[in-house]
Amino acid sequence: MSAIEINNIVKKFGQITAVDGISFNVEKGEIFGFLGPNGAGKTTTINILCTLLSPTNGKASVNGFDVVRERRQVQRSIGLVFQDPTLDDYLTADQNMRFHAYAYGVPKDLREKRITELMEMVELVERRKSRVSTYSGGMKRRLEIARGLLHHPQILFLDEPTLGLDPQTRRYIWDYITTLRKQEILTIFMTTHYMDEAEYCDRIAVIDRGKIVALDTPSKLKDTVGGDVVTIQADNQERALKELKEKFDLAPIVQNGLVSFSVPHSDVFLPDFIKSFGVSLHSISVRRPTLDDVFLKLTGRAIREQEAGGWDMMRRMMGAMHR
Amino acid sequence: MKMGEQFRGVWVIAYRDLLRFTGDRIRLFSSFAMPIIFLVIFGAGFSNVIGQLAPGVDFMKFIYPGIIAMTVLNSSMMSGLSIVWDREFGFLREVLVAPLSRGSVVAGKIVSSAVISLAQGVVMLILAPFVDVRLTALLVLKLIPVLLLISVSISALGILIASRMRSQQGFQVVIMVLLMPMTFLSGVMFPVNNVPVWMEVISKINPLTYGVDAVRQLFLAVQPLPAGMPAGISMSSAIGVTVFNHTMSVMDDALVVAAIGAVLLTLAAVAFSKQD
Repeated sequence: MSAIEINNIVKKFGQITAVDGISFNVEKGEIFGFLGPNGAGKTTTINILCTLLSPTNGKASVNGFDVVRERRQVQRSIGLVFQDPTLDDYLTADQNMRFHAYAYGVPKDLREKRITELMEMVELVERRKSRVSTYSGGMKRRLEIARGLLHHPQILFLDEPTLGLDPQTRRYIWDYITTLRKQEILTIFMTTHYMDEAEYCDRIAVIDRGKIVALDTPSKLKDTVGGDVVTIQADNQERALKELKEKFDLAPIVQNGLVSFSVPHSDVFLPDFIKSFGVSLHSISVRRPTLDDVFLKLTGRAIREQEAGGWDMMRRMMGAMHR
Repeated sequence: MKMGEQFRGVWVIAYRDLLRFTGDRIRLFSSFAMPIIFLVIFGAGFSNVIGQLAPGVDFMKFIYPGIIAMTVLNSSMMSGLSIVWDREFGFLREVLVAPLSRGSVVAGKIVSSAVISLAQGVVMLILAPFVDVRLTALLVLKLIPVLLLISVSISALGILIASRMRSQQGFQVVIMVLLMPMTFLSGVMFPVNNVPVWMEVISKINPLTYGVDAVRQLFLAVQPLPAGMPAGISMSSAIGVTVFNHTMSVMDDALVVAAIGAVLLTLAAVAFSKQD
């Protein structure tokens, strides 16, 4: 039995088809990444799996329980950390934890022990008596992760667990996630915008316009890009593109004013290319493909194209250069 | 589903609401201040203009039970607002994905609302000596079930509305266009028997009217008769709500409120269970 089994799930909102017949399994103990641009159907899929929405069509089971017919058992099997906070700001961290323990029927003798342990894990023990409204965004997210684990779920859903957090907090959260996986058999189903985080996943499913367009390990997905990614900046972009297509038989993409394409063996290709390319070049860079490239190739757009702010773009470009 | 689980749902929702209420000093203060302001301003303002509404019933004695009913009413409506609030701030998701039945969530909301409303209604009784209203132990005992009944019905109405509301602003608008007229046309401020026909019709299909009437009749029944009044004539009969020439007794009123409450409760449970 897989941890999650999704069989031809369709979800329509009126005329709009948000999820269009997706099927896949998530194995026990896996970190499974669910990637896609905004509006691709990620959140809808998670909402179906956690019983907040009923599918229009198709079947899904979580921990062996049907998400429509056996809601209560599904709810008991899963822990959730949503994109937007779901804490009660007016209560203290302890009170939020206790509410969760009562709601999930955590036995009395385990309750306080587990709360303390988890608060220690996310390093909030000293602030446990403070109201959540006094917490920073990162602290709230950490508290939510601790709360999501309180009833010892078999499957943890993380919807953008690090969105909007500073790099240091992001690293902390990833430390918790990797520690968790070592300690117990926990399946993690997560969505993320950060491609460097997606690398931590055992397998990744890419969803676009409600359909699964790829599903594999990060390294195999990167192999599909077809070798190394070469990025050039040319004097005359039009001519460069034309020549790449006609003379070298490549499929170049223009992004942020730069032209990039992939070749199987850049070490052999480049000396020849530099000698025979007819347009004068300002720069050439070569790098191993990233999941961004995979994403670009599969969906025709960068994952954070619409919503990435200036800083984020910068960070991503710097990241790409360092690789 | 097991009984124990249902009970756990009711208890955990009520626990959290009560925790929040007692932790929220501003709400605690305003919920007591509002009815007192009403009582003082309307009471003092109208007492001199309006004389006796019935033998031995001055305006203060008339409005005081009404204000108590109104306190319970306003406080009960908060259960709906808290759902809309939770939806906006995300906490509702934590509730909806927990292994609790929707019915037990609704029941928990109603229990906490009834407890808070009753506490507020009872606290208002402290003011009785200041407005020259007589209290007896039996009166207080009889008031408790009546106030609970009003609270449960109105809480159910609040939850029913909240199940369809996505924003607090929307809920506030509903309160303005629904709850305010309902309050004013329920006999809190003036008797609903000698008013224009259209107003009388609205008042008498308004379930609140019967809640207010029940509370008021309980109070008037224990007030001392003025000197010279023949015994046996009840003061309330002159003010009590009449439906097709039948003067409603406290029991009649309670039955009407209970019946409407049962309908609202069912609708609220269904509406809340259906939402995503």
